[in-house]
Amino acid sequence: MNFKHKYFFLFPGLFVLIGILIFPIIFVVRLSLSGWNSYNPGLDYIGLENYIRLFTDDPRFWESFFRLSFLSVTTVILQYVIGFALAHMVWKDIKFKRFFRVLFLVPMMTTPVIMTVIWRTFFHESLGPVNDMLSIFGVAPKWLTDPVIAKFTVIIVEVWQWTPFMFLLLLAGLLSLPKEPFLAAAIDGASPVRKFIYVTFPLMAPISIGAIIIRLIEASKIMDTVYVLTSGGPGTSTETSSFYIFIKGLREFQMGYAASMSFTYLIIMIISLTIIAKVLTKVLLKE
Amino acid sequence: MKIMKTCLTAIISSLMIFSPMAYADKWSDQFPHIKATGDIPGDCSYEKMSKKNYKGKTLKINTHAIPVMGEPTALHAEQFEKLTGAKVEVTHTPAGDLYSKAMVPFQAGQAPYDIVFGFSNFINDWKRYLAPVPKKYMNSPEMKDVTKSHMGVSSWDGTMYQYPVDGDRHYLKYRKDVIDNPEMQKKYKADTGKELKVPTTWKEYGEMAKYFNGWDWDGDGEKEYGSAEVMKKDDLMFAAFFSRSVAYAKNPRTPGGFFFDLETMKPNINNPGFVEALTDWVEATKYVPPGGTNFGLGDEIGSFGGGQTLFSFSWDDAFIAAMQDDSPIKNKVGAAPLPGANKVWNRVSNSWENQYNQAPYIVWGWAVGVAKKSKVKDMAFDYLCFFSNGANHQADLAIGRFGVNPFKNSDFDPNIYINSMGWDPEIANSYTKTLLDMEKSNNRVFPLRVPGVFEFTSAVATGTSKALAGQLSPQEALDEVAKEWEAIVSRVGKKAVQDAYAVGVKMEDNKL
Repeated sequence: MNFKHKYFFLFPGLFVLIGILIFPIIFVVRLSLSGWNSYNPGLDYIGLENYIRLFTDDPRFWESFFRLSFLSVTTVILQYVIGFALAHMVWKDIKFKRFFRVLFLVPMMTTPVIMTVIWRTFFHESLGPVNDMLSIFGVAPKWLTDPVIAKFTVIIVEVWQWTPFMFLLLLAGLLSLPKEPFLAAAIDGASPVRKFIYVTFPLMAPISIGAIIIRLIEASKIMDTVYVLTSGGPGTSTETSSFYIFIKGLREFQMGYAASMSFTYLIIMIISLTIIAKVLTKVLLKE
Repeated sequence: MKIMKTCLTAIISSLMIFSPMAYADKWSDQFPHIKATGDIPGDCSYEKMSKKNYKGKTLKINTHAIPVMGEPTALHAEQFEKLTGAKVEVTHTPAGDLYSKAMVPFQAGQAPYDIVFGFSNFINDWKRYLAPVPKKYMNSPEMKDVTKSHMGVSSWDGTMYQYPVDGDRHYLKYRKDVIDNPEMQKKYKADTGKELKVPTTWKEYGEMAKYFNGWDWDGDGEKEYGSAEVMKKDDLMFAAFFSRSVAYAKNPRTPGGFFFDLETMKPNINNPGFVEALTDWVEATKYVPPGGTNFGLGDEIGSFGGGQTLFSFSWDDAFIAAMQDDSPIKNKVGAAPLPGANKVWNRVSNSWENQYNQAPYIVWGWAVGVAKKSKVKDMAFDYLCFFSNGANHQADLAIGRFGVNPFKNSDFDPNIYINSMGWDPEIANSYTKTLLDMEKSNNRVFPLRVPGVFEFTSAVATGTSKALAGQLSPQEALDEVAKEWEAIVSRVGKKAVQDAYAVGVKMEDNKL
């Protein structure tokens, strides 16, 4: 048998890679160099016109990007802290451990769009139960209509929905930790806090970096929550990059321009997530 | 005498047998949806459709999600299948995706759907992919019954591309039990020194809404509010803004464009007329229910229809919801034309004219077309003709959630609403008169129907929502919209937008 025949076994995988990854990216790049829109469909060639418009005449895209950065970093930090706390809790031998492990995963198993509709009903300022309960204390926050509070409403929903994912990864990490360092710390008489700071946390650093990066990638695509909860409003106060690209591409049908935004966004995300991963590795692993 | 009696009995029996009532019974037994009227004779009646044979053929329809328009589409599809033997596949799509779901395959040269539902303002972008309505349907008595406005809305420069199945316009809805209540009138007069009456200007609307905001004026133990409006960004809010703008910016003495100056294609959107309307709208955020600035159409319907507010204005749905049997405010609401203004902007002289102005807004609404590349066009048009036949149309009108509203001249007969829906005669009269007067007006505004219409309306939604959220002043917000409109015109091509806009202007200037 010719040794080169092994390459034939690579073809199926290679075709899939080209079909589902390489081709769409190449097509998006080509689309971004066209003026495809509702009145002028087709892959004409307009050079870098869309990119020039994006970099010189579209502050809304950049505003939505910075808003997205704030929302995704905040939600991921909160998810990490809460997820770690919950994972740490059920890692110990507590009563109903199995029940809690399943319970904490429930939000992640629900459909995001449907849950967001339910959250929107909860936060409805005149008909929702949240303000109804808070009215006992004489407060009625404008959950969806105040430009600042609306951002935190989006954060609450995102944290609720995706903390279980962080919990799951961190719990898996905790369960795989070696027992010896903990035994050594116990023999040395370390308090639970010191054990956490000097043993658990450093040992969990590699998996923490992985979990944070995975969640950052996911969080930077916030779209359905914003779409259902606020439609990017009030004003543009909760508009994120993906929602803005959706509006330009599928609402206004500016396909060429939306493609240029998508590609730019992809490049920015690759660069920024690489830098974040490097920084986290340096800080947490002290490399 | 006996012979006369026999003859009379025979005549009455014959009439019973051959009258529409008896003729209808045959069909209403099988199709309870039309039990109120039975089949109504016409080119696409149940009787006529039952004679068609589409066995072995499949009709594919993309329509809106259930219930609004989606439910009647599915119901009439099922009836059509039973009558003709055809197979009808109905796909339900959220409103925001109707445009792209048809447009993507259209642009790719495909026709996965024979019939596509959308909004009437899609017409310019869709018309090159749709088949014109054939002459035999155009000449049918049902089509002759469609109002002039809605013939115009469904057509492009005289050619009909969208089959009329619904009629839409914005008008004022108010709580009749409050506005007409002598005690409330006395109280309002004592507190404000002004008369409590159906508002005829937006300023009066604002004053009354503010007065009736945040207290329990109907004694149900709950707080009520001034007004429910569609203010949620991108959720049809631009149409609500245009409804408020027409009074200040549609001047019958300056023909040649409401949205743009047709000659120069300079946007009018940031002129003082529109700015005044947006200033009023920003003020309205103070008298909507809590969370009202995030209300979409569904919230508005639920809020007014559920008795939460004094006023509302937009499509018929909130009014129909309020008048349904299960509504707590059935027969307690009234309909009236959109408020006007005591001044109107003259864009030619660049000054305000201090005289009363009111302009109806024949807003865009549900529309449906047959794909040019469909292989079953005849069956598709038959389905649409059947959808809006006399019996189906009257039955659909009575069901608020269907979203089917009057668009035929015969729909303006108040007896339809009194007899089949149990409306109070006074309310039915005010409703039909309001709608009919809009048809007769010479100062109407039609929806913007130009290439890339979504870019224009999306810019309005973004700008006005920034003003409502306090991010920009009304003038700054509309200046931003005008700048964006100029950029869009330049991208699309001034001539293309101008030519398309000229068709709408002809309608507004009563020349079409």
